[in-house]
Amino acid sequence: MAVDEETIRRIARLARLELGEAEVARLADEASKILEWVEVLGRVETAGIEPVSAVIPKPHRWRADEVTDGGLGEALLANAPARAHGFFAVPKVIE
Amino acid sequence: MSTGAIIEGRTGPWEMVLGLEVHAQVISKSKLFSGAATAFGAEPNAQVSFVDAAFPGMLPVLNGECVRQAVRTGLALGCTINRWSRFDRKNYFYADLPAGYQISQYQHPVVGEGALEIALEDGSTRTVGIERIHLEQDAGKSIHDLNPELSYVDLNRAGVALMEIVSKPDMRSPEEAGAYVATLRAILRAIGACDGNMQEGSLRADVNVSVRRPGAPFGTRCEIKNVNSIRFIQQAVAFEARRQVAILETGGTIHQETRLFDPDRGETRSLRSKEDAHDYRYFPDPDLLPLELSEAFIEECRASLPELPAARRMRYEAELGLSPYLARLLTADMEQSVWFEALLAETAARQGRPAREVAEKAANWMTGELFGALNRLGLGIGQSPVSPAQAAALLAMVADGTLSGPLARQVFELMLETGEDPAAIAEARGLKQVSDTGALEAAIAEVLAAHAAKVAEYRAGKDKLFGFFVGQVMKATGGRANPALVNTLLRQALG
Amino acid sequence: MTALTELSLCAMREGLGRGDFSARELVAAHLAAIEAARELNAFITETPDLALAAADAADAALARGEAGPLAGIPLGIKDLFCTEGVRTTAASRILADFRPPYESGVTARLKAAGAAFVGKLNLDEFAMGSSNETSAFGPVVSPWRARGSNAPLVPGGSSGGSAAAVAARLVAGATGTDTGGSIRQPAAFTGICGIKPTYGRCSRYGIVAFASSLDQAGPMARTVADCALLLEAMAGHDPRDATSLEEPVPAWSQLLSGDIRGRRIGVPREYRLEGMSADLDALWQAGAAWLRDAGAEIVDISLPHTMEALPTYYILAPAEASSNLARYDGVRFGLRVMPECGSLADMYCATRAAGFGAEVKRRIMLGTYVLSAGYYDAYYLKAQKVRALIMRDFETAFGTCDLILTPSAPTAAFALGGKVSDPIAMYLNDVFTVPASLAGLPAMSVPAGLDPQGLPLGLQVIGRPLDELGVLDAARAIERAAGFAAAPARWWGAA
Repeated sequence: MAVDEETIRRIARLARLELGEAEVARLADEASKILEWVEVLGRVETAGIEPVSAVIPKPHRWRADEVTDGGLGEALLANAPARAHGFFAVPKVIE
Repeated sequence: MSTGAIIEGRTGPWEMVLGLEVHAQVISKSKLFSGAATAFGAEPNAQVSFVDAAFPGMLPVLNGECVRQAVRTGLALGCTINRWSRFDRKNYFYADLPAGYQISQYQHPVVGEGALEIALEDGSTRTVGIERIHLEQDAGKSIHDLNPELSYVDLNRAGVALMEIVSKPDMRSPEEAGAYVATLRAILRAIGACDGNMQEGSLRADVNVSVRRPGAPFGTRCEIKNVNSIRFIQQAVAFEARRQVAILETGGTIHQETRLFDPDRGETRSLRSKEDAHDYRYFPDPDLLPLELSEAFIEECRASLPELPAARRMRYEAELGLSPYLARLLTADMEQSVWFEALLAETAARQGRPAREVAEKAANWMTGELFGALNRLGLGIGQSPVSPAQAAALLAMVADGTLSGPLARQVFELMLETGEDPAAIAEARGLKQVSDTGALEAAIAEVLAAHAAKVAEYRAGKDKLFGFFVGQVMKATGGRANPALVNTLLRQALG
Repeated sequence: MTALTELSLCAMREGLGRGDFSARELVAAHLAAIEAARELNAFITETPDLALAAADAADAALARGEAGPLAGIPLGIKDLFCTEGVRTTAASRILADFRPPYESGVTARLKAAGAAFVGKLNLDEFAMGSSNETSAFGPVVSPWRARGSNAPLVPGGSSGGSAAAVAARLVAGATGTDTGGSIRQPAAFTGICGIKPTYGRCSRYGIVAFASSLDQAGPMARTVADCALLLEAMAGHDPRDATSLEEPVPAWSQLLSGDIRGRRIGVPREYRLEGMSADLDALWQAGAAWLRDAGAEIVDISLPHTMEALPTYYILAPAEASSNLARYDGVRFGLRVMPECGSLADMYCATRAAGFGAEVKRRIMLGTYVLSAGYYDAYYLKAQKVRALIMRDFETAFGTCDLILTPSAPTAAFALGGKVSDPIAMYLNDVFTVPASLAGLPAMSVPAGLDPQGLPLGLQVIGRPLDELGVLDAARAIERAAGFAAAPARWWGAA
């Protein structure tokens, strides 16, 4: 399946990746080749086959409803590129 | 079947079609997938774990209590419970969505179809279908007004468990939408699944609105996001339906879009979607296993449900003999209902009579006197200055003749002001009904002596004057005389 | 002192126990080796001070007789495991300065067992690669060279730093992670052992996620017994990872016997690829013969969907990765690139463009594409169905055999830069390892011989879910029979 550059730009936008023109062209080419390569799956008969939902089935063990975390203070914010007054800071979002 | 409000347009009648997605915060101590606390009003980022902040290598672990609450809610709404459900990732980028995806249940929700009966002002009822209920994470909060160049991100809410309760497009008027949310809220509070606090955002709704000619196929809908009060929901719906009618009547078409309700202006406006359309790329969350529920777990959830408002309403009608009107009024709100249950129990005990015999008087007093007073004072039932026990004491004093109706009203006013017990108030202020025959006979004698001419006229046949004498006796006793006794004694005295 | 680094991990443990040398001596010897081997670029971060401190603690514990099973053993940690306070980069610019405030589940267990971490090992960026050439910190150079050549070779990937460090005797053992072959293929390329246990055996908590349904940690070391000992320390249930198995961890180091009498070894005919080199084919047959001689029965089996495994993997792994890597957005940790007057979205795009390398971007793009509207069913859902068929193939095969023997990789190590321009040629490296990853099965690569150029070749043993012991025993039998004693000639560090 050929992927055109417009599609690459749309996907890059969804993935929040800024791409240069050369990258767009290269990715269009590579993605086309890779998607052509995976086409082989289309020929596999999968009627009536349930998709995998757990690799190794096991009961879904739940957590008890207890407060065991939070209150991290500095540890939470120490790696932040920008912070202020206990918040993470980002460029102004206009709503 | 439609009880909906018809919009009379220039070109004829239109009908609105409404569906609601209610987001209800699940009552739980910790978040849906982390052990951080959920309490409202903490310092910024104080209730955040590394899981909530989506640090590298952090993984979600499901809080069983949230599953339990979703299943209980489903059972309370008569929904099917899906024995197998799954968590999916909804992928999009936003500053207050740390992982870049929200864990939700897209394809396989934990709760399936059900229905909710709502009662309308005119006493009629309607059934609103429930499409599904699923569990999902709340997002954090961006704060835009603290800095001119920056937005601040607080992740305290990030990861808090929400239930999204999706109705079918079964509502046809603002009133129905309001009644639906009110009823749903009452149930959520009754079963303790959500505190229903709309101001704090524990309950909010996305409202889908479309209009059509009555009986025609559904029109294109617009979604009004995040409306956080019943009144706003009704205003938003009314405005949006009129807006759509106006567009259609001038030959325009409705574009499916997301809109916001502006409570200050009472109107909805388009939330301009930026150049990119949403493409959420849902897929099953590989960090979580499918959710499989056992019959035993579901039965445990069922057994843990309290009496639900609908059942309680029917019980009030059948067992207490209350009118449908009173029964509905007293069960619409859980807190009010609990208050009434307490009042009823105290009243029956105090008067030594079965609940059925005292229910109507108690119900009338509560819906009339108490609701009226609270309304006037702008208080909720939870803030009532008068407790159920005090109210029962007041009703008992009326029942045993200690207080007349008017006196009871005076005592009640003083109870509201002071919070004191009715007996103490009546005693201190001398507001007890005078049923002492001797005292009344003396008062009557005085009245008759002072109005000898009128007594003569009465005796000559002017019967109408009897009311005059009653009035004078009441006046002489400061309104405290037992009216029945005054009548009897007066007739005796006037021969 | 050099001799200490030549010991197997088990031998080091015995020597420490006997007091032949101290943990400090042992660790210091390895630190010296590391310093002399910087041109291999195996480490992203060296932690000599922490290693010596751990060694001293181990010596004290040994003296008290309270030493853990790995007391004083110098280990390298793939830089995908979060280590508290120690920079963890995932070999990406986007995490170049990230210091996790938490410890991964696996490394916490290793620490508790007394291990001395000498540093964080290089890898393909976010473990995406098969040659360790996608690292933002430069490629790892294999300690191996083809006979009569000085051309640098790749160590394989993504655990290339781990493989190189173990093979070059810089560490006694190392942690790796394996998503589609990232432990087994580099182990094969560098003549060492590496086991990927059953999915869920080792906690994923604190491991930077690549593809959650496939990622699994495992040990890499020079002998099968060393791997058994390390795996025993790494494995075990972790309630912080919902997919972590609640199974007891067998005492593999004690149970390991190499006895495979009566076991049925399946040789899958679909793995005999067109154009497979005669050497590899011969080695594979030799491996089967060794196992037969050790008392096993060799059976021909079929895994019909083998050829579909790689395309399946290259849909599922990028899909999961595209979502897992959404959290690297420059808000809470990691790199932020802020274009002048840019919006939040501009910041995201610029940060991710600058922070991710070409292979990571390629996989994010591919994963985003296959999940996007209109393509989900054709790609992702289809792939999950084919994955089910691949799992069924194994189940069926395990009806007629107990273990499966295959080559680990289709070729020996190739030249640095040899395949970087052709993604699909690079992806084909994992053709033999990916099926077991998709099925979550335990699988191990064990060195079995050298090709005509003197480069190591490995054989892979795949077992039933939870049968790590069977896998280890068969690998031990091969190890014994192959008598693989080759080590890379030391060309580095020559002053």
